[in-house]
Amino acid sequence: MADEKIKKVSIICSKGSLEGIYPALIMANGARMEGIAVNLFFTFFGMDAITKKKVKKIKVATVGNPAMGIPTLIGALPGMSAMATMMMQKKMDALDIPAIDEFIEMISGAGGKLYACKASVDMFGLKKEDFMDEVLDIITVGDFYELAAGGQIIFT
Amino acid sequence: MATKEIAGKTVNVTEEGYLTDPAQWTREVAQAIAAEEGITLTDAHWKVIDFLKKDFAEAGVLASMRRINKTGGIATKDLYDLFPDGPLKKAARIAGLPKPTSCV
Repeated sequence: MADEKIKKVSIICSKGSLEGIYPALIMANGARMEGIAVNLFFTFFGMDAITKKKVKKIKVATVGNPAMGIPTLIGALPGMSAMATMMMQKKMDALDIPAIDEFIEMISGAGGKLYACKASVDMFGLKKEDFMDEVLDIITVGDFYELAAGGQIIFT
Repeated sequence: MATKEIAGKTVNVTEEGYLTDPAQWTREVAQAIAAEEGITLTDAHWKVIDFLKKDFAEAGVLASMRRINKTGGIATKDLYDLFPDGPLKKAARIAGLPKPTSCV
């Protein structure tokens, strides 16, 4: 007999690089496509994915990222990160993977619930208006655990 | 491969109930599959199904959620309202198309 189906996932997005954000968004969207309820909680630099002023400026990390195959000193050259980001975005677009802001709209449209982390919001001095309209609320970690109750938690 | 009796026809299906021969698809078969999913097809459903079939015929692959939105002009939210709990899978199955293989 098949294992019991996952009914709810709560995904934490904590990183602000392109390769840090996409896995959380793909997992969230993929869950909704399977009829799984989704909470998406953005914390620390992961909040860039939902911050109006930042969302279009998210880049791939070309420094300190050995898997990229670019030596750190070359990765640090001006424009390297922008170039790597552009190349990656082109590939993703061809695969019908949306840009981050469009992805956020899509997940929200799909019924995924998006939240920003209170501690990070206070630390970065942000306000609800700084976030995209799809963000439902700024919540504490305690609120997050309450929302996540009875489901699975994924940290990215 | 399995066969299945549906809407008075015998059709070839995969283990998960996706038709394997598009020629066996009829609107009645679609309605019967939809009924299995608890969905009564309305004009709005047919708009999605017709788009998926037309796009599949042209592109050779099942449209992604984004493509249904951008090219098909159907809002993501509407898609989830029409085919709850797994819109692309359900819509593809009703349209007699293969199971989605993409992650988005």
